[in-house]
Formats: sequence, C-alpha cells, structure tokens
Amino acid sequence: MLKDITLGQYFPGSSVIHRMDARVKLVLTIVFIVMLFAAHNIWGLMVGVAFTIISFAISRIPASMIGKSLKPIIPLVIFTALLNVLFVRTGDVYWQWNFIKITNEGVSTAVYMVIRIVCLIVGSSLLTYTTSPIDLTDAIERLLSPLKKIKVPVHELAMMMTIALRFIPTLIEETDKIMNAQKARGSELDTGTMGDKVRGMIPIFIPLFVSSFRRAEELATAMECRCYHGGEGRTRMKQMKTAMRDWVGCGYTAVFMAAVVVMNIVIK
Amino acid sequence: MNNFIQAKNLKFSYINEMEEPPVKTEVLKDVTLDVKKGEFLAVLGHNGSGKSTLAKCFNAINIPESGTVTVNGLDTADEDNLLAIRKSAGMVFQNPDNQIVATIVEEDVAFALENLGVEPAEIRRRVDEALKTVGMYEYRLHAPHKLSGGQKQRVAIAGVIAMKPDCILLDEPTAMLDPRGRKEVMDTIKQLNREQGVTIVLITHYMDEAAQADRVVVIDEGEIMLDGTPKQIFSQVDTMKNLGLDVPQVTELCHRLRKAGCNLPADVITEEECVKALAQLLRKGAQP
Repeated sequence: MLKDITLGQYFPGSSVIHRMDARVKLVLTIVFIVMLFAAHNIWGLMVGVAFTIISFAISRIPASMIGKSLKPIIPLVIFTALLNVLFVRTGDVYWQWNFIKITNEGVSTAVYMVIRIVCLIVGSSLLTYTTSPIDLTDAIERLLSPLKKIKVPVHELAMMMTIALRFIPTLIEETDKIMNAQKARGSELDTGTMGDKVRGMIPIFIPLFVSSFRRAEELATAMECRCYHGGEGRTRMKQMKTAMRDWVGCGYTAVFMAAVVVMNIVIK
Repeated sequence: MNNFIQAKNLKFSYINEMEEPPVKTEVLKDVTLDVKKGEFLAVLGHNGSGKSTLAKCFNAINIPESGTVTVNGLDTADEDNLLAIRKSAGMVFQNPDNQIVATIVEEDVAFALENLGVEPAEIRRRVDEALKTVGMYEYRLHAPHKLSGGQKQRVAIAGVIAMKPDCILLDEPTAMLDPRGRKEVMDTIKQLNREQGVTIVLITHYMDEAAQADRVVVIDEGEIMLDGTPKQIFSQVDTMKNLGLDVPQVTELCHRLRKAGCNLPADVITEEECVKALAQLLRKGAQP
C-alpha cells in the first residue's frame, strides 16, 4: 500500500533540461524567480509566463503534471487574490459597499500576484521534475560549499539529506510491516473516532522509532568502518561538469531576463 | 610476517552507563588468536558468545580493555592507525539495509573510496571492478532498496573490496538472507579468498558455512574453546553439543550411525563425503 509512493517528484526523462547540470538548473530557477518579481507590468509577466511554458515544452513533461503541482496551492492562490482585491484601496473605485472597496489597482495587483505565484510554483516544480533528489542534494552541497569557510556544516547537511533519502523507502517498508503486525494482533487502525485513530498510531510509531535508532547506530558504525571521517579530504566519484547545453540554458534565460527589463522600461 | 591479525590476551567489556551504578559486562576474556594471511577463518559461537565483539576488535571499532590487537602490524589502540586498519580490514555487517549509505548502488560502492580521497577516475575504475567481481555490475544504477537481500549484501561486499583490503571481516553476513542469497554471498566470499588471496574472517552460526572454511575457531563465553580444521572441530560432536552448538547435519547423521554400531569415519562434514561413506558402508554390508 505504502510502497507506491514516489520519492520527491522526479519524472525521469532524457530531455535537454533533464541532462543539464543540476547546479546550473538550480541557479537558473533562482534567476527565474527574480525575473517574476522584477516584472512590473503585465507584459513583463507575460514574458515570464512564456518562459515557463516554453521550458515545460522543452522538458517534455506531460501537461497533466502542471495541474498536479498546482493543486495543493489553489487555496493559497485564492486567498492571496482576495486579500489583494480587498485591501488595496487606491485607484479608481469599481464597486463599493460599506467598508468594502474594489479598485482597479486592487484587481490588477491580485491578477499579477496570481500569475506570479502560479509561474513560481510551475517553474520551480520543473526543477524537481527534471532533477533527481540526489542530484539536487549534490548541487546544493556544491553551490553552498563556499559557506564552509564561515563554518556552515554544508557537507554534513548534504550527508544528512542523502541518508534521509536513502532510508525513506526502507522506513516506509518497515511501517508497512509493523502495521500489518499490529493488525494481525487485532488492532483496528482504520475505524473509530479521530481520537481512536490517533491512539491506534502509537503502537506503530514506537516500534518504528526504536528500530530507527537501532538502524542509525548500525549505519554509523558501518560508515566508520568504511573510513568515513567527515567531509575533510573527501573526493567524489561523480564530477559535475558543465556542458554546452548548460551555457545555452543560461543564454536562453538571460534573453528572457533582458526581455523583462525591456518591458519594464519601455512600457509604463 | 605471516600473521595478518594478532590478538594477544585480548579483554573487552561493555559498560552500560544507563544503570546506576554502571554495569560492566565482560564479553571477551583473555582471547589469543592469530589469523594468517590468505586464510579463511570461521568463528563459531552461539548468541552472546562474543564473536561479533571479537570481529569489531579486529578493525578498531572496539578498542581492547587490556591486551593488544595488531592488524597488519598496526596496533588498533593507536588512533593514528585507524584509517589504515579499516582500509586493510573491511567489515560487512549482518543487516544489509543498515550499511548501505547512498541511494544508487555505484555511489554506495564508491563511498569508502570517496572518504579516502581517491582520485575520481581511479574511483570509477575500482567501483566498476568491484561490482564486476561480485557480479552486480548490471545493477550499478539501481536503487539499493529494490534489490534482494543477497544482492544488497553483495553490494556491501563490493563497497569493501573497492578499498582493496587484505582482509574482510564478515559479521553473520547471511543471517538475514534466504537460502539463495546465502549461497550467492558464500560463493562470493570463497571466490575472493581463492582467486584474490583475501583473508576472510567469517563470523557465523551456520555450521555448513563454517565447514567450508580452512580453519574454525569456536568461541564461548568470551573464550576460545576449540581451534582447528573443520574436520577436527566437527568430529567432536559431543563437545560441540555441550557448547550449545550444532554440527553439520551429515556429521550428526554419521555420528548417530556410529553410535548405533555402523563403521563410519568420524570426520564427515560435507554431503559428498557422507554419500561416499554411506555407499561404501552399504556395499560392504551387502557382501556376506
């Protein structure tokens, strides 16, 4: 039952975007977010929308996946839109009732905000769709490695991420086993009131916790046996190399960034 | 120097500090044992006999309370020797799930080499070589949790042999595996020992696995009780039983038949030997 969940949202493929260096993708995603918030008018935002759509088309991720990534944030989008419509009180009044005042500026801010949030989510989910969690962790470790100089434990954090990713499927399997074992002993997990259900989870979580600690200890010993002694003097088998396609990706993003700036200046 | 691992008057205790006052459990009492280079040694003992603790003393996870352990001439009590010792005496544990660190098979095999700071190109070469040795090369890009127990354990072995150790310590590597997985692992171990001259210390409680070794040491209550070739050890059926251990099924069969008055050799430890001995007995019995 629990076995079917996929880790992260990686959607394997072989498009140019899939094969790009994870570090470059990460940086470009940040540039893209800056681009969205730098755009001051609807034309600038349209450039952002175009960028999102074209990138998705290149990645050959099915359109249904866009819907999937947006679904959880629909309430947030509606809430933000309402807030903007109701609380921006400057500009020409469209409609007024008691203290509620809807203005043209309120409506346009709301529309901008919605476009920004939707693009933001869709654009950044493109990163997680095309990059495996492990590559992403690697990219984060390497991009943040200058922070080691100011004593940020970058390697340790990345190692923790990797181990977490490694053990999620193992622990899911174990949870499944424990649940079945408790069911076999007659515990009812799916029935009763909310309180009963929560209480029913206790005999699942306690064995899971105990075994996780045991696993952690064994893993630590096994890592020591394999000469693990922190990030110092460590090399990596996989070297991240930037290829032509990464520079093309940078160029492509730069063009859109420039377009946004132009839109900001030309159209008032 | 012929002895790869030397333990002299080794003593080791666990201290449980959760109790008040701390409780000290003596696990190893005065163990003296030499492991020769290229040898395949099996350590037998029932649960709690101290056999796993002994293995952990051999690669400086446990530091002796008194006495000394040297690996390849290096004292395990000296912290400067840690990496060198762990590099030359790699360890494989019982639970394959709890010793795989990375999310991709080849990355896991590379883990030790990355820790040792080996050049990337050299890591690549040694990882491929190690995976081919254990027959897991075609699985190099798989996720470890999708492999069978035997395959995971072979990946763990590959992770150790990528370091090119002189010795591999295996702590009940087959205890959690099905019969097929056990055979895969045992075949891999024997192949490493025979073809590459790797010293093997196999901690086990499977008698048929110990029977495949060059030498067997039986440990009980933290002391070495018996030490000899599998034939010498298993022919002492009654002593083994007194220590709470079994002998291979075929040895047991011959032992009982001998007690019942059949003329059979006492040192039968493999099925082939047993079949041969029984056939001989039956032929003789058929003659008037």
